[in-house]
Amino acid sequence: MYKLLLCWRYLRTRYIALICIVSIMLGVATLIVTNAVMAGFSEEMQVRMKGMMGDVIIEARSMNGAFDAESKIARIKHLLGDSLVGITPTVRVPAILSTETEQGSVTQQIMLVGIDEQTYCDVSIFGEYLQHPQNREQLNFQLKEGGYDVYDHTASSPAEAKPRTDMKDAGWHRRRKYAAFKKRQERYLQAQNATPANAGDPFADALRANGETEGRDFDPAVEQHTGIVLGFGLASWRDSNGADHFRTLPGLDVAVSFPNAALPPKAISENYTVVDLYESGLGEFDSNIAFAPLRALQTSRGLVDPTTGVARFNAIMLKLQDEVDAIEVRNALRTEFSSQLFRVSTWRDQQNSLLQAIQMETVLLNLLLFMIIAVAGFGIFAIFLMIVVEKTRDIGILKSLGASSRGVMGIFLSYGLTLGLVGATAGLALGILLERNINTVKDWVAWVTGQPIFDPSVYFFHEIPTLVNPLAVVWICVGAIAIAVLSSIFPAWRASRLHPVRALRYE
Amino acid sequence: MSNLQTAPWTSPAPVAQPTPLKLHAKEQLAAHDLFKSYQKGSLGIPVLQGINMSVYEGEFLSIVGQSGCGKSTLLHLLGTLDQPDAGEVHFDGHRIDNLPARSRDVLRNRYFGMIFQFYHLLPELTTLQNVLAPALIAESTFGYWRRRGDYQRRAMELLELVGLSERAKHKPSELSGGEMQRAAIARALLLEPKVLLADEPTGNLDRATGEQIMAVLRELNREQKLTIVMVTHDGWISQQADREVRLVEGRIVAA
Repeated sequence: MYKLLLCWRYLRTRYIALICIVSIMLGVATLIVTNAVMAGFSEEMQVRMKGMMGDVIIEARSMNGAFDAESKIARIKHLLGDSLVGITPTVRVPAILSTETEQGSVTQQIMLVGIDEQTYCDVSIFGEYLQHPQNREQLNFQLKEGGYDVYDHTASSPAEAKPRTDMKDAGWHRRRKYAAFKKRQERYLQAQNATPANAGDPFADALRANGETEGRDFDPAVEQHTGIVLGFGLASWRDSNGADHFRTLPGLDVAVSFPNAALPPKAISENYTVVDLYESGLGEFDSNIAFAPLRALQTSRGLVDPTTGVARFNAIMLKLQDEVDAIEVRNALRTEFSSQLFRVSTWRDQQNSLLQAIQMETVLLNLLLFMIIAVAGFGIFAIFLMIVVEKTRDIGILKSLGASSRGVMGIFLSYGLTLGLVGATAGLALGILLERNINTVKDWVAWVTGQPIFDPSVYFFHEIPTLVNPLAVVWICVGAIAIAVLSSIFPAWRASRLHPVRALRYE
Repeated sequence: MSNLQTAPWTSPAPVAQPTPLKLHAKEQLAAHDLFKSYQKGSLGIPVLQGINMSVYEGEFLSIVGQSGCGKSTLLHLLGTLDQPDAGEVHFDGHRIDNLPARSRDVLRNRYFGMIFQFYHLLPELTTLQNVLAPALIAESTFGYWRRRGDYQRRAMELLELVGLSERAKHKPSELSGGEMQRAAIARALLLEPKVLLADEPTGNLDRATGEQIMAVLRELNREQKLTIVMVTHDGWISQQADREVRLVEGRIVAA
């Protein structure tokens, strides 16, 4: 009984013990917040990645692909039955994207992916990241009149996202304006170049003079090329204030060059009309991948057999029921598809190095942060030794009154336990509080330091994602309490070993 | 018993076997050939060099001697706070110096009451809680909680006895020296010990206050037949006991 009483009295009268509590509290809070943010980022990324890539992917090893997706899809459907949610064929080819801007053209290396707009969104959540509400319902590669999102629709409130004013007039409106501008520019240039030295093609001029046209002219004001959906990072860049600047918009044309399937390959260059943008938040996708209609790309690359009409494909993507084990399916499909020609992998296999790096980072960070609590443990150790010295006479008194060595040890151990409990509880509360208000905290710290903490030009999220793993929190608290108790063992043992007579004489 | 057998060289130590004032009383606490030395560096400094003495039930014995003669050490050995290098301590006819630590803890808790020159109250606790300390130590949390009423009543009675009832809620730092010593006496008596061991109880007090403390001790001895062993260097204080034992350089020299 006296253990609890004295433990409580020491806690209330030794303000130095508060330092121990504060250091444990800070350690626990830091660990909880860091873990929550890391897990939040990782979870957010994995959900998006898995969403974008589907569960299992069967890729042809040849760049020119393999024949007849339909029969293979039928075979997979037969094999997997109900566990299959969606399946879609794709064509992918490295390409060069050329965007015309006021200050000249910008070329970028991209991966051009041909998708079937009917089935692709069964497999990938790519459709949810499109900027036009109708395309989010059902993607088609037709340019819309307008109505593209000005505010990021994935932001939880419009206030968090910077308005993208350029998107206001994206669509046919923009296209007509641009076509009119081009026409004016052309007329102006013709007027400038009306000198004989700079005369145009004399044959074409002669034809035009006779009122004849070769075929029918493409009129950009009312027609579009094949549609293309660009990643957000391909069409824009973000400044450090989080505002987006566009180099191309839905309604404008881009030129795309890619090799055809002949041997040796020849470069094909085609104009595409940007019909929408997607923003998945994953830089790897957003600034790398553009989507075009499957059939058009197959035709352009020369992947369609002219006699049978059967086309080649590069990959088949599968989405499975949530409870189905992707690895099992992968292994089953590996026996079905020759590994000489096909590579079957899960999305995790594909992103393995990244996922492992994140895992490694989490483990290391936890280890380092736990050192903070270990440092707090040394603090407890030192402070406890001090209290033992300070309380030497009291320990002598207790022993002269018949307190056992174990009893004296118990006082200090329960003191350490109490510090650990109080510190961990306070740290838990502080950690959860910070985690709940992480974005307010972020803004506040940024305001105080004048440095943006969460640079929106780096991340495609508007706010810091967090995810609290209850088991991790429990372990953090248990670890902190254990460290508090462990570091009080030696001082407690020292106290219990004190000789009563020497302790009583101690002044 | 022949003279030869009691000759100084055959006997391990000088024997002080005073005639008890109460002849009918039985021996309650006894020391047999106690030796104790303290290690100071590599040197062993002898403090007690063969002490033989007896304390009888209900007597008020004082051990008097100069500072450093080993009287406090003797008291600590009698109270099992320390263990002798050689010799034995007996309580009620049982040897107690070699008991396991746990049993000696119980002895100190229930059978011996101790008071000290510097009072040794716990500064964090109130006077009442200090008086209750032996019960807090003796009982488990639940056991104490169940009997807290009895203990508190007993503690208040004792505080009344030593004249401190209105100071029960005060911290030791708010008490005077005499009050602290009276609180220490009340604490020593809480679990109705058989023997009260007092180490210079008036050593830190002025004459008048010391006199009050002595009056309390004498009254306890007379009214409650409490056995008291008191250590002092003050001959005048020592004379107020029933019997005196004089200690010089670790040996008992006179009764």
